[in-house]
Amino acid sequence: MLTFIGLGLFDEKDISLKGLEAIKNADMVFAEFYTSRLMGSSLEEMESLYGKKVNLLYREDVEISPDWLAEAKDKNVAFLTGGDTMVSTTHVDLRLRAKNLGIETKLIHGSSIASAICGLSCLQNYRFGKASTIPHPYTSSRGITVISETPYDTIKLNKEHNMHTLVFLDIDKDKGYMTINQALSLLLQVEEKRGEGVMENAIAVGIARAGSEAPVVKAGYAHDLKEDDFGEPLHILVIPASLHFIEAEALVELLGAPAEILEGLDD
Amino acid sequence: MAKDKMVDRVAGIMGTPEMIRNIGIVAHIDHGKTTLSDNLLAGAGMLSKELAGNACWTDSDEEEQERGITIDSANVSMVHEYDGKEYLINLIDTPGHVDFGGDVTRAMRAVDGAVVVIDAVEGTMPQTETVLRQALKEHVKPVLFINKVDRLINELQVDGQEMQIRLGKLIDHVNKLIKGMNEERYKAGWRVDAAEGTVAFGSALYNWAISVPMMQKTGVSFQQIYDYNKSDDPNSIRELADKCPLHEVLNDMVIRFLPSPLQAQEGRIGAIWHGDKTSPIYKSMINADPKADLAFMVTDITMDPHAGEVATGRLFSGSLERGMEVFVSGTSRKNRIQQVGVFMGPKRLEVENIPAGNIAAVTGLRDAIVGSTVTTLEGMEPFESITHASEPVVTVAVEAKHMKDLPKLVEVLRQVAKEDPTLKITLDEETGEHLMAGMGELHLEVIAHRIERDKGVEITTTPPIVVYRETIRGGAGPVEGKSPNRHNRFYVEIEPLEEGVRDLIKAGEISMRMPEVERREKLMEAGMDKDEAKGIVDIFESNIYLDMTKGIQHLNETMELILEGFHEVMKGGPLSKEPCMGVKVRLVDAKLHEDAVHRGPAQVIPASRQGIQAAMLMADDTLLEPYQKVFIQVPQDQMGGATKEIQGRRGIIINMTSEGDMTIIESRAPVSELFGFAGDIRSATEGRAMWSTEFAGFDTLPANMTAEIVCGIRERKGLKKELPQASDYLSM
Ligand SMILES: Nc1nc2c(ncn2[C@@H]2O[C@H](COP(=O)(O)OP(=O)(O)OP(=O)(O)O)[C@@H](O)[C@H]2O)c(=O)[nH]1
Ligand SMILES: [Mg+2]
Repeated sequence: MLTFIGLGLFDEKDISLKGLEAIKNADMVFAEFYTSRLMGSSLEEMESLYGKKVNLLYREDVEISPDWLAEAKDKNVAFLTGGDTMVSTTHVDLRLRAKNLGIETKLIHGSSIASAICGLSCLQNYRFGKASTIPHPYTSSRGITVISETPYDTIKLNKEHNMHTLVFLDIDKDKGYMTINQALSLLLQVEEKRGEGVMENAIAVGIARAGSEAPVVKAGYAHDLKEDDFGEPLHILVIPASLHFIEAEALVELLGAPAEILEGLDD
Repeated sequence: MAKDKMVDRVAGIMGTPEMIRNIGIVAHIDHGKTTLSDNLLAGAGMLSKELAGNACWTDSDEEEQERGITIDSANVSMVHEYDGKEYLINLIDTPGHVDFGGDVTRAMRAVDGAVVVIDAVEGTMPQTETVLRQALKEHVKPVLFINKVDRLINELQVDGQEMQIRLGKLIDHVNKLIKGMNEERYKAGWRVDAAEGTVAFGSALYNWAISVPMMQKTGVSFQQIYDYNKSDDPNSIRELADKCPLHEVLNDMVIRFLPSPLQAQEGRIGAIWHGDKTSPIYKSMINADPKADLAFMVTDITMDPHAGEVATGRLFSGSLERGMEVFVSGTSRKNRIQQVGVFMGPKRLEVENIPAGNIAAVTGLRDAIVGSTVTTLEGMEPFESITHASEPVVTVAVEAKHMKDLPKLVEVLRQVAKEDPTLKITLDEETGEHLMAGMGELHLEVIAHRIERDKGVEITTTPPIVVYRETIRGGAGPVEGKSPNRHNRFYVEIEPLEEGVRDLIKAGEISMRMPEVERREKLMEAGMDKDEAKGIVDIFESNIYLDMTKGIQHLNETMELILEGFHEVMKGGPLSKEPCMGVKVRLVDAKLHEDAVHRGPAQVIPASRQGIQAAMLMADDTLLEPYQKVFIQVPQDQMGGATKEIQGRRGIIINMTSEGDMTIIESRAPVSELFGFAGDIRSATEGRAMWSTEFAGFDTLPANMTAEIVCGIRERKGLKKELPQASDYLSM
């Protein structure tokens, strides 16, 4: 049996009781932290809570040669990820591989940034469209730099349907955690190139360390937030479409957005 | 003539493009380019007369003097008076040895005219043809100097009449070559003609030359020249040199028949720049406008012990000034120009300002490499890259003698590669060795020596080995390449690239920079089908990548990653990690993950790479080996020894002709068998053979040798010994 367990948002204590029990009953525990990380915890802290050794897996172990899967043929294996286990990952591939090996699989959910964001940003979950990730720009060996325009396109598409966009920020082994500042500056660069107005005077909500004791959440114009300091990672971003009046009021009152965004909302 | 006055004269002429000539001296090895260049310098009062002819001012490097050949191009400038007016001649003396042919290619980008030097006794040689072809391709106009006429008279003992017949034949042959290489230019009047004055002949060693206009001016006849040379009186030849000084004849010819930058730039810009012909920068380049935006092409980079890195090149538009902020093509940072200089005699001298039309040397261009376009116009279309016809065929592994020097070695290798673009430095990931690949044994020997001498890093090098090429003989596909997360898939087909297209690439006739329509037409003419010609997204060495898909979302921003995978395979194929040639990859379908982060480099590059690797192995992947032509001149009685040397090296004799007592052997042999040839031919012919080589392309290995050579390479590179299978690259 292979059990996929989502660990939740921030530290080892975000796991569900069900998840914790499943780990305690597991014969072997594996974890990957390249798609997401519990910033408020360390491997040691997790191990001491579970009373078990946790085997850390790298991208290669998950994607290229997941030999460890075979253990699940006759043992109880737990596979841990940050957040909710199938959200913003490609792990469905592991379920398919497991099925091929005749291994049963099961999911235990954790709290996900995808829902936490609605609370923190004061935006209604009904109104979110497609999510998108901003990857770090890539410079090829011949010196050509590619900035992905997919996030810009996604925001544009969502806005056309009057939907908010949740924007995940890249976590990269070498290039590090992308900050809200970097993300906004990339979006504004694409705006400059494309000139389609998607980010022109756009409002953004930046969220840092969701799930921690002291998350930082700020709303404002993208070009202003770009200069703000959000502190330690992880960061995430929302680019809202036009705002419902309650949403707008909350952004101003709770998240420090400029009062002028309230103007013209009444009609 | 006092130097400072000379500077003022040079600076005065620099701003008048009509009075400038930028020329290259080109020839086969040893035909006398450097002797001629020194002579011209001396004639212009830049060197003392006694020194010219033997001191090799332009071959200033001690290794050049020791070996008696030119290794690096040398820039010199001089002032010459013609018809009562002063002209500035910027001259580049180029090397003749094939191993340093890249220098000629680059110099041709900087100049507008070329003096093709031919040894009257040897006649046109392979490298003569190569340099002439290169000049015509760069839209550089040739004139002819037939050198060593003294040898014709004194060594071959021809009489006055035969001398004329021989010279006439030589001129005809050169014209035939020009016509064959570029009929359009030939018809436009680019032929050499003694009566007109575009041919001179003489002796660079004895400082005299003559041309028809000079005969008219001085009244000196053919017969007199013959007699002066025949005379036993040692003063007689000096008398001839006083009557018909080489520098005057040559420089007069250059000024009268080679174009000024103003005349040349229109034609040349059309050949080397593919941007918008209605743009202001185009206009200012063809007008050599000193007040317009800067357009400077770097053709040479050298290390100066005092000034640091000096970038030399051709200024087509604008003016170079100290402190100027410029863009360098291919990089995003701005560079600040520190010093600007011109050449004065053999020295570089700092000046305030250099206007368009000149050859300039600048410092401060930290990001420039040879071939960079330097401009003040953001986003300017760069000049066409400089393609050199031959490819690296020999490699050595380089190691620092002392471990502590390793970081310095890495830096030094980076520097030498920057200075010499025909040198390829790679790090072998498996063995951690630095590999240095170049045009020939001598090339690598010279570089290795310089690393020790100039850069002060003691190194050891392995004996040279051949660089093979991988290619495919069949087709395969569609083959699926999967990303590690298996959410992205690429389907490629593969087949050998059409011969005609390969030739176009090799000749530098097509590139990704040229306008799409023009490229498509050329490709279709060369036999490529229309859809393919439209779908071309990259040309890498002589391999191409085609995108045959339609309307796949996100493919555009993924293409650079796909191509990165393609490049990785083309730099080292699946069979033996040797560079690939003649491979055509067609992307026929792709499936991509919706989110950009799940189709990043870690996913797409391996997927693209492995699909191509598997496809190549399914398409009869094999090895090619490089060949060289070997020309040997040897006295009749030593001929047997020479032919045996060739035949014992899997070589074949293509042609044999005799010339008096000498036999000229033209042959072809694999590079792998030619190591140590220099010593062996010397002993086989008692040192009587003169020989030169030329790159002659690649050919398949004999079938019975392939497996052994592949295994040998794999072992050397630390790859697993068993031959790879397509399935190794197809992840399940
Ligand atoms: N007899 C005779 N010898 C000459 C003449 N010109 C040059 N040489 C000799 O030919 C040899 C080669 O001359 P270089 O000027 O070094 O030839 P090069 O073309 O510069 O040679 P690379 O740069 O190595 O290609 C030298 O030994 C010269 O002295 C000439 O007019 N007559
Ligand atoms: Mg020379």
